[in-house]
Amino acid sequence: MISLSHYLVLGALLFCLSVVGIFLNRKNVIILLMSIELMLLAVNLNFVAFSHFLGDGAGQIFVFFILTVAAAEAAIGLAILVVLFRNRQTINVADLDELKG
Amino acid sequence: MVNFELFVFYVFAAILVFSASRVITVRNPVFAAMFLVLTFFTCAGIWLLLEAEFLAITLVLVYVGAVMVLFLFVVMMLDVNVEPGREGFVSYLPVGLLVGAIMLIEMIFLITQRYFKSENFPPPARAAEDVSNTKELGRLLYSEYLFQFEIAAIILLVAIVAAIALTMRRRPDTKYQKPSEQIGVTKAERLRVVQMPSEKR
Repeated sequence: MISLSHYLVLGALLFCLSVVGIFLNRKNVIILLMSIELMLLAVNLNFVAFSHFLGDGAGQIFVFFILTVAAAEAAIGLAILVVLFRNRQTINVADLDELKG
Repeated sequence: MVNFELFVFYVFAAILVFSASRVITVRNPVFAAMFLVLTFFTCAGIWLLLEAEFLAITLVLVYVGAVMVLFLFVVMMLDVNVEPGREGFVSYLPVGLLVGAIMLIEMIFLITQRYFKSENFPPPARAAEDVSNTKELGRLLYSEYLFQFEIAAIILLVAIVAAIALTMRRRPDTKYQKPSEQIGVTKAERLRVVQMPSEKR
């Protein structure tokens, strides 16, 4: 029988993989964006699992809104990326130092 | 039957973890996008196990069909050379793995403690055949969550406007037509009558 812990551990595993991905791919903004998508997917998995085990549809509604916001975020993030590449000819995070931050 | 369900879950979980780890370690961004597609597809399968049919189909349609195509477009349009992107990968690997492993162990400690034991969350009975997940979600979405739904629509509109406004540019050397001036042209501007003697035979 699949218990709630199965799904929660899987979500935690996915989340930690995406955190490691953000650490590893410091030079490529595209893969950073993909890691953020993976992170949102892990959170969504937890929401759907709780929604199923508690018998409450509100969790699935929340996933619906997260999907909407994530799609908007991906569109704007990629647009920023295109403008960035057009201006700087690079997507290396270390080269983005115009603000001297 | 129940054991078969567990088997399916483990197979899907293994594919999910494998493809997610390939997303973050693969060298070529195009392959990373492809493995991300596999990740989303497998996760949709796991959501089907959780009886969230509408969201599973939405995940495939919206993510695999739209967002990942957008990612692939950008990856291929930017034409990034891969090699310099890999410098520092090995140096960040130990600290990344350390932080990830610590986070995972902490989370598993919390999850497998007494709160989320299966006695507290007994697996619910399978939904009856005539229960529609889509209908249930639609009922909630258009009654209790109507206001939030409309805000989501506005967020999407803002995203469209922002993405177009960010990426649209006017090149200074591009030639444009000016229809108002084209319409307002007179005969004297276009036609020049030249007086010249006719040819001798």
